[in-house]
Amino acid sequence: MNNFGYVRAASVKDAIDRSAGDPKAMIIAGGTNLVDRMKVFLDEPSQLIDISRLELKKIEKTADGGLRIGALVTNTEVADHAEVRAQYPVLARSILSGASQQIRNLATVGGNLLQRTRCPYYYDTAFACNKRMPGSGCPAANGVNRGHAIFGNSEHCVAVHPSDMCVALAALDAVVEVEGPKGPRKIAFGEFHRLPGDTPNRDTNLEPGELITAVTIPASPFAKSSVYLKLRDRASYAFALISVAAVLDMSGKKIKTARLALGGVAHKPWRTTEAEAFLQGKAADTATFQKAAELALKGAKPLSHNTFKVTLAKRAIVRALTISAKGGGVA
Amino acid sequence: MENQEKAVPKASRRKFLSQALTAAGSVVVAPTLIESATAIGAEAPPSPVPVAPSTAGEISVTLHINGAKKTLSVEPRVTLLDTLRERLELTGSKKGCDHGQCGACTVLIDGQRAYSCLCLAVMQEGKEIVTIEGLAKGEVLHPVQEAFIHQDGFQCGYCTPGQICASVALLDEIKRGCASAITPDLSSPPQLSNLSEAEIKERLSGNLCRCSAYNGIVAAVQQAAGHTPPSAAALVLGATAKEGA
Ligand SMILES: Cc1cc2nc3c(=O)[nH]c(=O)nc-3n(C[C@H](O)[C@H](O)[C@H](O)COP(=O)(O)OP(=O)(O)OC[C@H]3O[C@@H](n4cnc5c(N)ncnc54)[C@H](O)[C@@H]3O)c2cc1C
Ligand code: SF4
Ligand code: FES
Ligand code: FES
Repeated sequence: MNNFGYVRAASVKDAIDRSAGDPKAMIIAGGTNLVDRMKVFLDEPSQLIDISRLELKKIEKTADGGLRIGALVTNTEVADHAEVRAQYPVLARSILSGASQQIRNLATVGGNLLQRTRCPYYYDTAFACNKRMPGSGCPAANGVNRGHAIFGNSEHCVAVHPSDMCVALAALDAVVEVEGPKGPRKIAFGEFHRLPGDTPNRDTNLEPGELITAVTIPASPFAKSSVYLKLRDRASYAFALISVAAVLDMSGKKIKTARLALGGVAHKPWRTTEAEAFLQGKAADTATFQKAAELALKGAKPLSHNTFKVTLAKRAIVRALTISAKGGGVA
Repeated sequence: MENQEKAVPKASRRKFLSQALTAAGSVVVAPTLIESATAIGAEAPPSPVPVAPSTAGEISVTLHINGAKKTLSVEPRVTLLDTLRERLELTGSKKGCDHGQCGACTVLIDGQRAYSCLCLAVMQEGKEIVTIEGLAKGEVLHPVQEAFIHQDGFQCGYCTPGQICASVALLDEIKRGCASAITPDLSSPPQLSNLSEAEIKERLSGNLCRCSAYNGIVAAVQQAAGHTPPSAAALVLGATAKEGA
């Protein structure tokens, strides 16, 4: 790691002032991603602004019956929260399927949204990488890219967003609350992360100096019958090759509404709105689910080593929807 | 590593490990791990404690480790793991990967397991940290340490301190009703009495063992949870029977 300064933020405003006043300063929360990155010189901050002691650690009910989760609530606390388990099991299960207990105990909601890709070329500074150094090139585009994107990839970057929690939050229509030098604002989850385009160095639409303060989830009485299915190279403690968050609102054997988001496929959690629209009003059977899976993968642009993801994703969608239609549970 | 090598006497591997665990642990007065952690955690300042210098340089930090307070001066980039090993001579916590991938550096922070290689020491001010050296009560091993010896939960022993700290935390998490990715019903997570082998494996997946002492480790957690683990011979016979079938 480079040698940096350190300060504990006294308030949200203090953190914003300090980070707006020094473009090379960085926020640290749980540190599980940032410390890892600093160790290999991916980040060389001038100073760290430690926000871990700020009062952003509450999970509260919102006026509309949803939940507001503070940016510093740990992943473990979200997954073990009674209301989250009862009302939004897809969120609890997405978190529990990610990382290990040791990491989830430190990892915060804000940090999870801002963790950076696990593209091996990005991590290995012996390679060029447009995310790390804009304009240097993307060795993954024509290299070993079995873990990379099949949607929304550009010639400049084909990396995927690694978070599991974010896939569930995308399906749940969450909203990110941020505060910055220009005051507070709310960002719809679908607008928070970006596609790489020609600026893959920017993962999100957060402006300089902006801090995530909370994530809110609207009330969703049907989110109970939801499923998070994660497929990876080993059964536990690995990032997703493909993941599916499926949320079905059933009326008897018919689907009233459906939400479907994919992980491991794009630079951001990938909502499949066309498939969702198709599912609405249909009978919950295998034929319907297969058609929905076809629609969900329609625009996929696989790379040289990851065509398998298209088939894997389709099968995963059918399985997740089938279990969700039966009331959810372990996928 | 060097410290470890120096410390290895010519006694048997098992004797050494049990001695190392007790000897180092004898400083500690802490009652049960979690009780002491919450008690001290409650006294810790809840609000931010600003630190003066924000330019590069050493910063003074007071760490509560295994019931003792240690004030030292460290650069902000120094991890808790390196502080324990290089500055405080607590070499029980091991450096395996140094990137949050193996679990050898697992310690308990305010009663929760964490990888000390991903924690900056300056961020731990006021938190209650327990390492493998802090688990025994004087000469009396922690029940999980006992169980590891009984069930042959280690071979080379490199991953063992992390495995033991993780197992201690795991049992406490069960008592607190934490769920795992494979818990069938989130509204009724397993209790100690019905903690399945699959749950133990999932919950210990953040600790890797190169020597594959896994069967012994799972059996040790079963023993510490109050179960009667299958005998090692039964496991071997089971495997042979399956192969023959
Ligand atoms: C071995 C390993 C395996 C993992 N496996 C998985 C997995 O399977 N699935 C998964 O989803 N995740 C996984 N993770 C990632 C882990 O979940 C993240 O590292 C964690 O969520 C980051 O949270 P943090 O609080 O530690 O963030 P930090 O490391 O503190 O910060 C991460 C980034 O966010 C910024 N930041 C943090 N909080 C805020 C805020 N409130 N406002 C503005 N900026 C902020 C920081 O500046 C930094 O750039 C894994 C991590 C490791 C090391
Ligand atoms: S895919 Fe993106 S992160 Fe990976 S090497 Fe290419 S530019 Fe870098
Ligand atoms: S050394 Fe910390 S997890 Fe491997
Ligand atoms: S006992 Fe050797 S690594 Fe686990």
